[in-house]
Amino acid sequence: MSPRRTETGGRIDRLRTIRFTFDGAPYTGHAGDTLASALLANGVTLFGRSFKYHRPRGVLSAGVEEPNALVTVLRGEVREPNIPATMVEIYDGLVAVSQNRTPSLAWDIGAINQLGGKILSAGFYYKTFMGPVIGPLKGTRFWMFCEHFIRRAAGLGKAGTAPDPERYERMNAFCDVLVVGSGPAGLMAAKAAADQGARVILADLEAHFGGSANWSGETIDGMPAADWAQRMVGQLGGNDNVRLLPRTTVWGYYDGNTLAALERVTDHKEVAAKGEPRQRYWAIRAGSVVLATGSFERPLVFPGNDRPGVMLAHAAERYANEYGVLPGQRIALFTNNDSAYRSAVALKKAGAAVVAIIDVRSDISNEMRRMASEAEAELLAGHAVVATEGGKALTGLKVQRFDAMSGSLSGDERSIHADSLLMSGGWSPTIHLASQAGAKAEWDPARQAFLPPKPTQRWIGAGAFTGSFSTAEAIAEGRAAGLQAAGGAASSAPLPIVEAVPGDPDPAPVFEIKAKGKSFVDFQHDVTAEDVRLAHREGFVSVEHLKRYTTLGMATDQGKNSNVPGLAIMAEALGKPIPEVGTTRFRPPYTAVSIGSLAAERFGDLKPERLTPMHDWHIANGARMYSAGLWYRPMIYGLAGETVEQAYVRESKATRESAGIVDVSTLGKIAVQGPDAAAFLDRVYTNMFSTLAVGKARYGLMLREDGLAFDDGTTWRLGEQEFLMTTTTANAGKVMQHLEYFLDVIWPELKVTVTSVTDEWAGAAIGGPKARVILAACVTGTAVDNATLPFMGIVHGRIAGVPVMICRLSFSGEMAFEVYSGAGYGTRVWEALIEAGKPFGLVTYGLEALGTMRIEKGHVTGAEIDGRTTARDLHLDWMLSKKKPFIGSAMMDREGLIASDRLQLVGVVALDNRPLNGGGHIVEELDEANPHDSLGHITACCYSPALGKYIALALVKGGKARHGTRAFVSDPLRNRFGPIEIVSNHFYDPDGSRMHG
Amino acid sequence: MAEYSAFSLLKNALTGNKDWKPAWRKPDPKASYDVIVIGGGGHGLSTAYYLAKEHGITNVAVLEKGWLGSGNVGRNTTAVRSNYLLPQNTRFYEHSMKLWENLSHDLNYNVMFSQRGCLNLAHTPAQLDDYARRGNAMRHLGVDAELMSVDQIKRLVPALDVSGSARFPVLGGLMQRRAGSARHDAVAWGYARGADRRGVDIIENCEVTGFLRDGGRIIGVSTTRGEIRAKKVALAVAGSTGRVMQLAGISHMPIESHVLQAFVSESLKPIIDTILTFGMGHFYISQSDKGGLVYGGDLDGYNSYAQRGSLPIVDEVMSEMLALFPGLARVRMLRSWGGLCDMTMDGSPIITTGPLPGMYLNCGWCYGGFKATPASGWCFAYTIAKDEPHEFNAPFTLDRFYRGLIIDDKGQGATPRLH
Amino acid sequence: MLITCPYCGPRDVIEFTYQGDGNRERPQPASQDLDAWNAYVYDRLNPAGDHNEIWQHSGGCRAHLRVVRNTITHEILSTAFARGGHKSTENRAEGRS
Repeated sequence: MSPRRTETGGRIDRLRTIRFTFDGAPYTGHAGDTLASALLANGVTLFGRSFKYHRPRGVLSAGVEEPNALVTVLRGEVREPNIPATMVEIYDGLVAVSQNRTPSLAWDIGAINQLGGKILSAGFYYKTFMGPVIGPLKGTRFWMFCEHFIRRAAGLGKAGTAPDPERYERMNAFCDVLVVGSGPAGLMAAKAAADQGARVILADLEAHFGGSANWSGETIDGMPAADWAQRMVGQLGGNDNVRLLPRTTVWGYYDGNTLAALERVTDHKEVAAKGEPRQRYWAIRAGSVVLATGSFERPLVFPGNDRPGVMLAHAAERYANEYGVLPGQRIALFTNNDSAYRSAVALKKAGAAVVAIIDVRSDISNEMRRMASEAEAELLAGHAVVATEGGKALTGLKVQRFDAMSGSLSGDERSIHADSLLMSGGWSPTIHLASQAGAKAEWDPARQAFLPPKPTQRWIGAGAFTGSFSTAEAIAEGRAAGLQAAGGAASSAPLPIVEAVPGDPDPAPVFEIKAKGKSFVDFQHDVTAEDVRLAHREGFVSVEHLKRYTTLGMATDQGKNSNVPGLAIMAEALGKPIPEVGTTRFRPPYTAVSIGSLAAERFGDLKPERLTPMHDWHIANGARMYSAGLWYRPMIYGLAGETVEQAYVRESKATRESAGIVDVSTLGKIAVQGPDAAAFLDRVYTNMFSTLAVGKARYGLMLREDGLAFDDGTTWRLGEQEFLMTTTTANAGKVMQHLEYFLDVIWPELKVTVTSVTDEWAGAAIGGPKARVILAACVTGTAVDNATLPFMGIVHGRIAGVPVMICRLSFSGEMAFEVYSGAGYGTRVWEALIEAGKPFGLVTYGLEALGTMRIEKGHVTGAEIDGRTTARDLHLDWMLSKKKPFIGSAMMDREGLIASDRLQLVGVVALDNRPLNGGGHIVEELDEANPHDSLGHITACCYSPALGKYIALALVKGGKARHGTRAFVSDPLRNRFGPIEIVSNHFYDPDGSRMHG
Repeated sequence: MAEYSAFSLLKNALTGNKDWKPAWRKPDPKASYDVIVIGGGGHGLSTAYYLAKEHGITNVAVLEKGWLGSGNVGRNTTAVRSNYLLPQNTRFYEHSMKLWENLSHDLNYNVMFSQRGCLNLAHTPAQLDDYARRGNAMRHLGVDAELMSVDQIKRLVPALDVSGSARFPVLGGLMQRRAGSARHDAVAWGYARGADRRGVDIIENCEVTGFLRDGGRIIGVSTTRGEIRAKKVALAVAGSTGRVMQLAGISHMPIESHVLQAFVSESLKPIIDTILTFGMGHFYISQSDKGGLVYGGDLDGYNSYAQRGSLPIVDEVMSEMLALFPGLARVRMLRSWGGLCDMTMDGSPIITTGPLPGMYLNCGWCYGGFKATPASGWCFAYTIAKDEPHEFNAPFTLDRFYRGLIIDDKGQGATPRLH
Repeated sequence: MLITCPYCGPRDVIEFTYQGDGNRERPQPASQDLDAWNAYVYDRLNPAGDHNEIWQHSGGCRAHLRVVRNTITHEILSTAFARGGHKSTENRAEGRS
């Protein structure tokens, strides 16, 4: 066993040896160790390198606030960077590597930055790297050249590119009382609330409940505090109304008393159990919250305070008492308050030599003097540490006489030999969650700390979180908070009895020892006390300016260590009290949260897939699919060796020559029903629907309130009070919400219901000269001749025994029919139609052919109704009824919407017989080198088999007046330039004789 | 005040950095000014800077209610681009881009504008055509744009999932190489220092509490630091426009204030070298020089002045991030914050004289205000100095909505949360 | 944020779609008062404080709710069905005729 591992004590299991590697070297630890405790036990002192100067760093803390000892954990190819070694529970086979060093942690080339010294002061970037004003490096060039190297040097860990194979899970939880933190206060609160019958969730970010009870060495109810805590946890665990969430960090306090938490389910396991996610993201809606989140010990700022071997005092106490590890053999402590004395005694008891307690205060209480004696430590009251010694491990320190009032040093420097220096700069309540759900934090000049703000949501504080640092207070406040949160009456029953070392909770207001050398405030970002003073000199004095100018508090620990010392140094420079410098409002997350956990089930499954009833048939029959919004739709049904163009040309040609069939199930379908349905549609559509006969359909256009075109489609009158509205695929949801809004908010008196039935109907459109005979061959129960089924007529019949609704309408410009059946029978009807069509040369066609035929006809779709065009722009003004008002009618004639130079729909024919591209622009004058003066753009294009030309639809300035004129396509992005003719958008069969038959 | 340079850094280092002077003075407000600019954010400061530099108007005060740059200039995702669809927007933002390209020299302050490009990913053929339309529109206005193939994209961003098996496979993208990102705070500080050096008074912790009037004319403001008179009072208060206009007695504006969240990951070694946007949702990401991934998505979607976001958007943004970068599931989100966006009814800004005599209005930046900072101030300064708009901001009137002269780049109509 | 739907009870904001300022008055359908139409379509109250607004419970019963919510604290002060309390009584009269 390593000399740093104590013989007894702590909750590690000395009988279970765990093997792991750090930077490739094999190590062993025990079950219950963190990576930090195990490496410390192995005598490792160097854990990481700082961000800017690449200074060697040890481990500062024992918890989430760790700024220095960040590692990357590897699981095969999958990397998890920037994890504090203090939060990694070791398991057999753990592979961890250090970060931000080249080539190795011990020899890091980046350390050369330390030579930059005073030049690399706060904000130096802003003052240089601008480069010459003229010449090849003008503009941003020189900066970008420098930046290239800066980016490489910056950054901590390396992210992986291999997809994470693990699963993340999201849980929604509801409780009466959520208790955050499981120290004595949290345990008491949870117990008190649970005893009231409340549904309680108790969450703690550590692996083991108990908080400070696990390492304080105190006695509660006659037993070691750690045992008392375990007994409490046992009692809580036996209650059905209590859920215990260890390893669960509550990181966000959102509106409506909703809290977000991250549970690390399997990160500590070599192998996850079957079905376990890696992490679980909890969204907890809590009736009330008890915040018992404890406090953080603050570092002191003095020269050399970042040397490996300098550690927070309570962290050392934790390592000794919880993990059976001593941070060193010869330990010195440096403090401004009483709490470090208990740490000294604990380390002495654990077997270390405590060589000195250096206290900035000259007036030390008798109790503390007694404890110093108990620790067999020399007490240097009225002294301060002015330097540390050693390279990658501490070898000693220097102290001088110190006057806490004036901050001045005097007398000779004295050297003390030590391999570990523990510091305590007082304690800051962990008010992060409270700050997210509260007003401004309040400065307490006695505690020298920000205390929790006034709540803006339903939470109650307890314990060290409120600035009550003794366990007895924590227990009393915890119970009271738990009772209050659960709505119970205050209790006068006796509280558990705490035996603890007394101590003054108030530190001396000393944050920094000003002596020669670099004194670090923000360890990870290498922000020194001098940097803070430089920010002051340059006027960056408000807390936010300080933070942003120096990057103080912006590192992965988010200022948990540096916030208050930084403010204190600025306040001194300004000659103002600390609260006048301000405090940063804390925002989510409390600690960094994996992005995988936040995506949870949507990781690898972003959006649902919408498939039509005939989807499988399309796939089985060679359709090439592409996605349209959430839908998948056939693009072409390609034959072997065909290009896309060859396929759609074949499909549309065959349709125009004999017949083609296309799946139109994705069209939005809305049932509009009720006595006022027709009146409602008259208001919704620009054209009239109340005059539509039952059994007929009509093409309709909707405008938005502002008078621009919104959506189009056919609506079928199935009964006096019943319509089936169809919308474009893309706008189905929007149109539905539009209708619902008007019915519910604007015209609640209309007796109409609207129901989305998109998924209830399968639709197939069959068109072409042979379409009618194909239908006649398979439809029973109705005739489909011109008399029975005229243009825009609707009939009901059966195909393959399935009831169908057939409407004769056309998008392709051919004699065409839309056949609707129940979605579950879609494929059966489809197959029956295909079968019936075989003798007539029926082809299936995809969206490309559909698009080709609609371009030939000059119909508009979403590319033209793009939210910026009017009915007039699209030559749909014939649909604007003058007999009635409709949505958008009052707004559609405003000056900007009727201007003659607006983009208007035209047809375009390529005169060079080469393909056009969607998004190509139209110009009067071709200038390939410097394209300019765009007249508009192509919205859709194809090779038209009907015309034997490459054609397009386009939106062109004053387009209507340009019919018959020549222009050019200018498409510099795809280097396509050439002459075109602007024509009417109605290329093919403009009088509609084909579809009217 | 001393010029910043490598030489000044070295010289000051030798004297222990003791001789640096404040980047801008902290004067008390005078009784009157030629121009008062309300709002010490990026736009207010750049307005003051260009008033002084371009128009010689230096008797100017910038009033900031909190600390300088505490609005959106200090809480955005730092993208600078001019890749708009509609010519009014493209011309304006391209003017901004040109100012950006020389901004560090102009201000003698390194704003770290790095032209590492902005790539809009396309996931359907229709979207690729849409991007081509936009890219070609830019090219016809002399702005750089190009389409990138999947192979080119793969080489540029190796961590991106361009496999065809993705839910929304990448089919290509629209790249503007001159786009990039800058250090947002430095922009505020650089303009502040530049304006200050030209004599502008920058007054922090000075909140406007009302307007002084002479009949219908605005002749000054009352503030928490007393009354200040001015010949011209200019508003550049972005998300607070509604609140400040209320003080002037104007209760309704074509604006809603919304909250937009942004996120930063822990610092990582370089992995994304450009600005990237996702086409099948709303997500954008870049990586800062410090190594943090800076990213965001949709507005929370309801009126808010709270500068705090809601969880559903957090989840949505992270999901979209992993759809593009499935390797980043174990990277951790370090910080989140919310900014107030003054969303207009067409997604485009307002820079205009009026609406009251003596008043000038700059607002409606939606969530594109950062990149506009130089041109916004430049155009606003012109408008204030000449009492008429420059051709670059002439379309951005307040009355364009009523007149139907809307500039709707996204085609969403009068639903601000969708712009 | 939790919104209490009168049908469905308290539900997370993710189930709702925001429909904006609930103070706007839609002119009568036949109205030719362009300024009134423009004001209805484009002008917003946008207060920093209590805001009367419309939400649709789109992920639930799909009813539209009139919600009074504070835009600074996000506290929800009241929720009711929008159809019960719309101001535009003229519209209702017109609809019945």
